[in-house]
Amino acid sequence: MLHIVNKSPFEKDAFTSCMGHASSSSTVLLIEDGVFAALKGSAVADQLSKAKVVALQSDVAARGIEANLAEGIELVDYAGFVDLVTENRTVQSWV
Amino acid sequence: MSEIKKFLYVNRKAPYGTVYALESLEVVLIGAAFDQDVRLIFMDDGVFQIKKGQNAEASGMKNFSPTYNALGDYDVNQIYVEKESLEARGLTLDDLMDLTYEDEDDDWAEKKSIRLLSADEIRDLMEESDVVLSF
Amino acid sequence: MKISIQVNEGPYQHQSSDSAYHFVKSALEKGHEIFRVFFYHDGVNNGTRLASPPQDDRNVQQRWSDLAKEHDLDLVICVAAAQRRGIVDDGEAERNGKDATNIMDGFRISGLGQLIEAGIQADRLVVFGD
Repeated sequence: MLHIVNKSPFEKDAFTSCMGHASSSSTVLLIEDGVFAALKGSAVADQLSKAKVVALQSDVAARGIEANLAEGIELVDYAGFVDLVTENRTVQSWV
Repeated sequence: MSEIKKFLYVNRKAPYGTVYALESLEVVLIGAAFDQDVRLIFMDDGVFQIKKGQNAEASGMKNFSPTYNALGDYDVNQIYVEKESLEARGLTLDDLMDLTYEDEDDDWAEKKSIRLLSADEIRDLMEESDVVLSF
Repeated sequence: MKISIQVNEGPYQHQSSDSAYHFVKSALEKGHEIFRVFFYHDGVNNGTRLASPPQDDRNVQQRWSDLAKEHDLDLVICVAAAQRRGIVDDGEAERNGKDATNIMDGFRISGLGQLIEAGIQADRLVVFGD
C-alpha cells in the first residue's frame, strides 16, 4: 500500500497518524510540505523506520533540504511517483 | 458496471472550521447510489464530525450533523471510529451520535452502524480498500 | 493503467493543483491513461478563465486547459462545489440566473457521481488536497 503525506509534521498530525497506521511493508511518499518529515535528527525522525519512506525530489530541492535528509530516504521524481501509484493496489492520501 | 469495489472514506478533519466534512458527506450520499461496498472511517479530528449535540445556530454555520443520521437509510452502515483518536480527545463512544440502520436480513431490526476499531484494525481496513477517498 | 485524479484545492493558495498537474503529465508521458481529473472543494477554482497571474509565474488554470486540449483529458468540476464558489458555464448561468460565465476552455461542470464513477472505472484514484 502507498501512503502519501503532504503536510509538515511540525504543523499537522498527518505524518504521525500515517506512520501509526502504515504497515512495515507499505511505502510512505512525502510530497509538498510533507518532505520536512524526512529531515535528519528532527523530532519525528525516529518514526521514519516504521515503513519505507520516499520523498519527491523536486519538493525536497525546492525547500533546500537535500543535504539535511535522514539516511536511507530514497528520492523519486514524478515518473517514480507514478510508478509507486501503479505498483500499489491501494493509495491513500493523508490530506 | 464493473465489479463491486471497496470504497473507503477517511474523515480526519473537524466540521465547521473547514468545509471538508460537509462536502465529504455529500460525496458519501451521492456515492451510496452506486452500489459499491462503502466504509467510513472517522479518526483524528474527524471524530468531531459525529459528536453529539452540535448546535451551529449561533455560529451562523449550516448544521449538517443531522444528515449523518440518514446514512443508514442510504445503506451506509459500515461506520468505523478509531478508539485511539477518541481517547486522545477525552471522548468515548457515548459522546458520539447514535447512528443506526435497519438490517433487512434480520427482519429490519435496528442496529448500530458505528463500530469502534483500534489503530491496527483501521490499518487493515485501509489496506484492503480499493478506492480511498480522503477528506 | 487507468488513473483518476481528485484535486481538492484551488490554484496558488496550495501546491496540490501543481502536484496533480505534474503527476498527470508524467503519467501520460509514461503511457498511462488519465480517466478523469475531478476538481472538488476549492479545487473548482482551477477552472476559471478570468485569472491573470503575473507573467513571471506559471498559469495554473491555463496549464490544465492546454494539457486537456493536448491529451483530450476529461477535466470535471463538481457542480455543487462550483455553485458555492461561483464557477459558471452557460448551463449553470441559465439555471441559476447569472449574468456571466467564467469556466475555462477544456473544463466541464458535472455531478459528484462523476467522482464515484472515476473511482469505479479507473485502476487507481489519487487524491491531491490540503
